[in-house]
Amino acid sequence: MNTEFLSRIQFAFTVAFHYIYPPLSIGLGVVLVIMEGMYLRTGLPIYEQMTRFWIKIFALIFGIGVATGIVMEFEFGTNWAVYSRYVGDVFGSALAAEGIFAFALESGFLGILLFGWNRVSSRVHFFATLMVALGSMFSAIWIVVANSWQQTPAGFKIEGEGLKARAVITDFWAMVFNPSSVDRLSHVLIGSFLAGSFLVLSVNAYYLIRNKHVEIARAGFKIALVVATVASLMQLFTGHRSADGVAKNQPAKLAAFEGHFPASEVADMYIMGWVDVKKETVTGLKIPKGLSFLLYQDIQKPVIGLRAFKEEDRPHAVNFVFQTYHIMVAIGMSLIGLTLLASFLWWKGKLFEQKWLLQLFAWAVLLPQIANQVGWYSAEVGRQPWVVYGLLRTSHALSSALREEQIWFSLILFTFVYVLLFCLFLYLLNKKIKHGPEGHYEEEEEEAFSKRENPLLD
Amino acid sequence: MTLSLSTWWFLVVGAVFSGYAILDGFDLGAGALHLFFKKEESRRIALNAIGPVWDGNEVWLVIGGGALFAGFPVVYATVFSAFYELFMLFLVMLIFRAISIEFRSKEAMLWWRKMWDIAYCVSSTLIALSLGLVLGNIIQGLPIDKNYEYRGTLLDFFNPYAILIAVTTLALFMMHGAIYLVMKTENRLYAKLTILVKNTTIFFVLMFALTTLVTLLFVPHMVSRYKETPYMFAVPLIAMLGVANITRSITRRRYRSAFLSSAGVTAILMLLVAVGLYPNIVLSTIDPSMNITVFNGSSSDKSLGIMLGFAIVGVPLVAAYTSFVFWTFRGKVQLDETSY
Repeated sequence: MNTEFLSRIQFAFTVAFHYIYPPLSIGLGVVLVIMEGMYLRTGLPIYEQMTRFWIKIFALIFGIGVATGIVMEFEFGTNWAVYSRYVGDVFGSALAAEGIFAFALESGFLGILLFGWNRVSSRVHFFATLMVALGSMFSAIWIVVANSWQQTPAGFKIEGEGLKARAVITDFWAMVFNPSSVDRLSHVLIGSFLAGSFLVLSVNAYYLIRNKHVEIARAGFKIALVVATVASLMQLFTGHRSADGVAKNQPAKLAAFEGHFPASEVADMYIMGWVDVKKETVTGLKIPKGLSFLLYQDIQKPVIGLRAFKEEDRPHAVNFVFQTYHIMVAIGMSLIGLTLLASFLWWKGKLFEQKWLLQLFAWAVLLPQIANQVGWYSAEVGRQPWVVYGLLRTSHALSSALREEQIWFSLILFTFVYVLLFCLFLYLLNKKIKHGPEGHYEEEEEEAFSKRENPLLD
Repeated sequence: MTLSLSTWWFLVVGAVFSGYAILDGFDLGAGALHLFFKKEESRRIALNAIGPVWDGNEVWLVIGGGALFAGFPVVYATVFSAFYELFMLFLVMLIFRAISIEFRSKEAMLWWRKMWDIAYCVSSTLIALSLGLVLGNIIQGLPIDKNYEYRGTLLDFFNPYAILIAVTTLALFMMHGAIYLVMKTENRLYAKLTILVKNTTIFFVLMFALTTLVTLLFVPHMVSRYKETPYMFAVPLIAMLGVANITRSITRRRYRSAFLSSAGVTAILMLLVAVGLYPNIVLSTIDPSMNITVFNGSSSDKSLGIMLGFAIVGVPLVAAYTSFVFWTFRGKVQLDETSY
């Protein structure tokens, strides 16, 4: 164990935990806008009830997302001081833009969303919902831009040497629209739409299985199914574009995705497999010459492999990158199958007659979550050994004053707090879902509470 | 007088952190006072007084962190890695505070609510104290070497002067929070708060006087700028007048004016520190030539220029919808079915 490894573990752990929440809020934001929009158009109480219900769930998710997000902003400085000095000029400006344009919008209007029902008109409330949804997407824009710059740096020059070297902006828009920004951003946003819509699908499927809140659950399920179907199909397109971009800009990462070692040969595409890094072979189910075809639509064209890179310039956890990438792709495909099947049954008018399908949807909420997680794992581990691709090595980016025991302290602290936080989250989410979109039992409970003998009363 | 871009950005970062101190200051202060309220209803009213706004207030910390990272990456990297354990605890306290606000009223069990009430009060207090502790150490300077790395230990942060600033910060936030709450409450809770406002104000005025005295005697570098440029004495003078106006408004029960004054005092005290430090941001106690200044610690002019544009467009926008939210939730707190 050294400070680099521990810092990487801590960053990976805290960001992975954080990333459970933002995709859900981005996706739920879109679904909420549709729900409240339907309420404004139709005036039907079921849409109002479902909007109110999902806003409460949104608040819970958003709250934890904020709390765990601030940690990320601090961690660049605490653990990766050299990195922060190196990229501050470029990366910092994206982060500052996120704070001022996105985060403030989101948090500001969330208050109105939650507590403003009786204080503003329904149109203003809808506007607030729209702003919150937009704000959460703006957040994604700036964060993904910053991360994409680490993958495919552009619009900068290097000034100074050694520890005083730093990247300086030369062209802001070239930095923002660096070669991978747009593809990766669309991939992330649509992954988020999937996460949010599958949560709505799951909860409504659960209600329908239990025969509870049937009318609201059916209407909510349909709204989310439309979002999920469109998103899962679009994800195929953005995924393909992203892979193309990786092939062009980060060939070592792409080679790791498919466990492709030969320096320059026609490459196969694996459905599943296992990489033996020592022997540099992959065993598994494959489409011969599939990768060459996928990337160049030409089965003769060679693909650059890992051996084309010096030992110290290529990712080492190849099997990890391979597995995470393939799990993501497999889930993406199954989501398309699942949503298309459900849409077909809807068209046939038999959507809610299939108990097994509803069971499947109740559990499918985990799939986009897993795909979002492992997708990021393969993107970030595949970028190694670089923290800024081709410019700054992860091992050079650490805070040099940092000691091992300091990181153990914070790592144990965060593990403890996040486990607690996650348990509380699941407990309250479960409680809200059990309570459901109808009824007012919280108020009844509140009344019961205030009537009880209470030593707190003075 | 033309100011360099990095000086402008120093002012922007300072302004954002002042905004944070003013806004999160009152909800942290309200949190620190939370256990003074004994009734369940009082606690809910106090919590709901900050309910719709605390999250938006905390955003200013995020903006400040981003602005510091972007404008002064060297300062951001050095300070954040120096205060490692302290900032980690600070982050955990922010998380605890957020979940205690969110989760407290979600269950009716008495032990549950009591537990989160304590967590809310303790975390708010510790956050205020640690902010002050960091400020106290920044005022004194840190052992920074030529690579801008911290060469001290954790215990060095807990020196008497830093602790003094920490307690003064807590006192300021408690007073600020009490004044905010008194504007949002009625009847018996209001009556109770008028007493709390008086006591916290006395506490703050005492701490303020003590801090001023100690700084004049023991922290000469904070005073030298004022000696060199006498017109800068306007800043501490305004601070004194502001404090005087808080006490005056409170005795006349003009709480809105007292709140504006305590907000103003918070901003002026930040300015006081900024003027004292400038052009340094982090003083090196090892050798003044290793100070991180507005000039050697900043991003490139190109980057600062772009971000100044962001700030010119963004800050009024943020101010506009912050005001809209505050206006929407104006007046006394009424509990309803959407409350915490």
